[in-house]
This record gives sequence, structure tokens and C-alpha cells, in this order.
Amino acid sequence: MSSSPFPSGLERKSTSKPAEISVRINVNGQEHRLAIAPWTTLLDVLRDHLDLTGTKKGCDHGQCGACTVLVDGRRIVSCLTLGVITDGAKVTTVEGLATDGALHPVQQAFIDHDAFQCGYCTPGQICSSVALITEGKATTADEIRELMSGNICRCGAYTNIVAAIQQAMASMDGKP
Amino acid sequence: MIDFDYARASDIPDAIRQIAADPNAKLIAGGTNLVDLMKYGVVNPTRVIDITHLPLNTLKETASGGLRIGALMPNSDLAYHPLIEERYPLVSSAILAGASQQLRNMASTGGNLMQRTRCFYFYDIATPCNKRVPGSGCSAINGINRINAILGTSEACIATHPSDLCIALAALDATVLVVGPTGERTIAFNDFHRLPGDTPQIDTNLAPDEIIVAIELPPKGFAENYSYLKIRDRLSYAFALVSVAAAMEIERGRIRDVRLALGGVAHKPWRKVEAETALRGEAPERKAFTRAADILLQDAKGYAHNAFKIGLARRAIERTLTQAANGTPQIQAIKKIR
Repeated sequence: MSSSPFPSGLERKSTSKPAEISVRINVNGQEHRLAIAPWTTLLDVLRDHLDLTGTKKGCDHGQCGACTVLVDGRRIVSCLTLGVITDGAKVTTVEGLATDGALHPVQQAFIDHDAFQCGYCTPGQICSSVALITEGKATTADEIRELMSGNICRCGAYTNIVAAIQQAMASMDGKP
Repeated sequence: MIDFDYARASDIPDAIRQIAADPNAKLIAGGTNLVDLMKYGVVNPTRVIDITHLPLNTLKETASGGLRIGALMPNSDLAYHPLIEERYPLVSSAILAGASQQLRNMASTGGNLMQRTRCFYFYDIATPCNKRVPGSGCSAINGINRINAILGTSEACIATHPSDLCIALAALDATVLVVGPTGERTIAFNDFHRLPGDTPQIDTNLAPDEIIVAIELPPKGFAENYSYLKIRDRLSYAFALVSVAAAMEIERGRIRDVRLALGGVAHKPWRKVEAETALRGEAPERKAFTRAADILLQDAKGYAHNAFKIGLARRAIERTLTQAANGTPQIQAIKKIR
């Protein structure tokens, strides 16, 4: 009998360890050269290889949005993104939003509106909101709610999150 | 996720060569479904072939007046493309009814067609599932089957196809352009996905050594009278219990042409030509819509927890056809059903 943890037919055919792959990723304006395993997600690259722990691991299956970051300006979930695929990309995490010590308008708006309780989903909410505003597809509260539906807040701060986004949207005028 | 090798395809022939050479390899584009399945141990490729660098992310008009959508175009770019919004708003609406903006930014058009089912048992490697391990049995038939299929099922599998985009593409008679070792061929959209039969492990008629390069939309986009209505357990970011894509052309108070496809109810987007034939020439009214719904759902069969889908689908069909006829399509950001 096989001791494989996988159902029959799904066992790995080889047991040799695949080689690590060299990637170049720009995170928050800083170039990084890393050697990573093919299965290392961008989320694990950020947290475990670069010590950028602002980006949070929630469900790890693309369902909660806590790991949302911007890749080449677009919001994505870093838990379902293989690090090797982001070779050459520009990544922005919550740590990269403030400039010259001044909070990003979205960060300031989240504080102004008390748009969180425990704060675990907040980095993802903020990155997602920044992209939402740059995308320019949401103007009404209904549209904000729909286009933020990929970010779950189990404390239920949704009402204040929408208010924060509306404030930031007004002050940013569509600019990142 | 278990260990796998990573390779990058340099061009389309290289991608075909690599996938043909290794039956345990998988292509990766957006990765939103594949990476998730690998994390659960449902799919365990020994090698992942990265096709994200192939030049397949453009949208072009075809000689016949339709559109050719590159397989790597992200779902979000497709939904917001001016030509799609203007000429094929059903496609745009269906995409925006699915997933989240983050996932739509990642997910590719071709990959959307290749999504596996969301049947709970398929994802749970501790349970038997004929789709995951052929011959092991179906846990859903006598298990928790609220989300499962009511049409086209078999003794082996009652899984549903999860895509929203595909329901619109099926309704619009799109075609899938694929390339394999012997060249290019086209697959009519309704022939692309399969019913489970006794081989539920095979979701599509794409050969293992072929890749999707484009989706083609015919000229007719039904931009005036269409609607995509998705009914689910929460208001956003959930898979369909039932969804309906409806499109029609009305001339002098009569239905001249019509399309009707269902999602969330079968192993593939569900269309039945007879239901559409019954509507042609009729006045766009409730009575005709009910008859079309009856024809479409004629062979529906409920299981312990999903029989409610039959009545739900009937009402959703009537409502979506009404929305299409009135020119008041469901707006995905507004949850009130008009």
C-alpha cells in the first residue's frame, strides 16, 4: 500500500525537489532579487522573504481579500498569485502607500471614519480602495459596495468603510 | 500545494510542445482556480507551464463584424472594454456578476472556460468524487447537494459549471479557437463543455495537447434587449444557484430572435433550441416566457436539497426575459430585481 496522502492516481511521479527560481520584483519602489520555490505565493514572498507583514493572510484561498495588493497598479489577491509569475512586476503593499511620512488619503480616511475594529482586513481593504478609486468605475454607494465585495470585514465595519472611500474619492479626484 | 516544477512558454508552439510532452503538466494563466485547487490537493501537477507572456491579450474586430477576444485578456478588461460594453453588454454584465474585482483582474478569458466545478465534494479530498478520482463514487448525489445540478446529470456526477461569462457566451453563440500540434480548430461554444455522463473527470472537449487562443463573438450582440440575472445565497461574490442570460430582438411587437441560457443548474451552460423556437414570432409577454421556461426545464430533476432550483429557475427565466423585453437589464451593482 502506498503511504501517499493523495488519492490513488494523484501521487507525485517524482520525489526530487524542484529548483528554486530567480525572480526580480519591485516592491514599494525597491528592487529585490530573490530565489524562490515555484509554489511560493506572492503573499509568502512579501511576508516571509521580505518581512512586509502588513499584507495579511486570511483565508489563503482568494475568498476574503485580506491579502490584496497592487501589481502594476491593479488590485489582485496575492495568496493565489505565484511569486514566479510576478517576475519583473511592480508591487505596492500597504507599507508603500504613504509618501514622505504623510498617510495616503485612503489611510487618513479610514482613520477619520473609524473604518475598522480589529484591523486585520484593513491593509487589504485600503489597497483595494486605492485601486477602486483609480479604476473610476464606482461613484454611488451601491457601486462602491459591489466593487469592494472581494474584501470581507468580519467585524462588520462596512458602513464606515464606504464612508471612508467616499471621502478619499472626493479628495483624490481619481488620482492614485 | 505540493512540489511542482515551473516552466515558461516562449510562444504558442512552445506551450503546445510542453503541454503535449507532459500529461501531468498544467498551463497557468490567471491561476485563480488552479492555485486554489493545488492548495487543496485536488489538482497535483508535476509541472506548471506559465503562458502569461504569450501575446494573446488583444481584442480585435473580425472580418465578419464580430470580435476576437484573446484568451489571456483579463476578465475585468473584457468587461469594461468599450466595444464589449457597447455591442455585447450581456458579456459585460455576466462578467461583473461573478467573482470580485481582484479575481477579475487576474482571471483570463480562456481560463474562465477552464474553471472546475465548485461541488463541495470535489474540493474535499477526504470524500469520494468521480470527477476527482474516477470510479470512487459521487458523494453529492446522497449528500449535501443544495448547490448541485438539476439538468443533464448522471449517476456519476451532479456537479455544476461555475462560470457566469460562459452563460453569456453560450447564449451569444460564441466560438472557441484552439490550437494543437496539428493546427487550429474552432469549437462551437455549446460543444465546448460536456455533460458528465460516465466520464465526469473530463469537463471539456479541449484535447489535453490543445490550448485556447481566442474566443470569437458573432456580429449579433443583442445590445438593446438583454439581461443577466444571477440568484445566489448572498448579494455579491458568490456562485450562482441559478443564473439566466436572456437576449432578444423585437420587431413590430413580436420576438424576431431570442437566446436563453442557464447557469448554476448543469455541468455546462444550459441551452435548448426548442425553448427559443417556441418564443420566436410570439409577443414578448409572460405567457410565452412561461412556456419557454417549461420547455427549458422539462427534464429537470431535483435531489434532496436542490429541488427548489426548479421553481427558482422558472421564475428567474420569466423575470430575465421580461427585463430583456422591457430593455431594463439587471444592473449588477443594484441588488433590487426589477
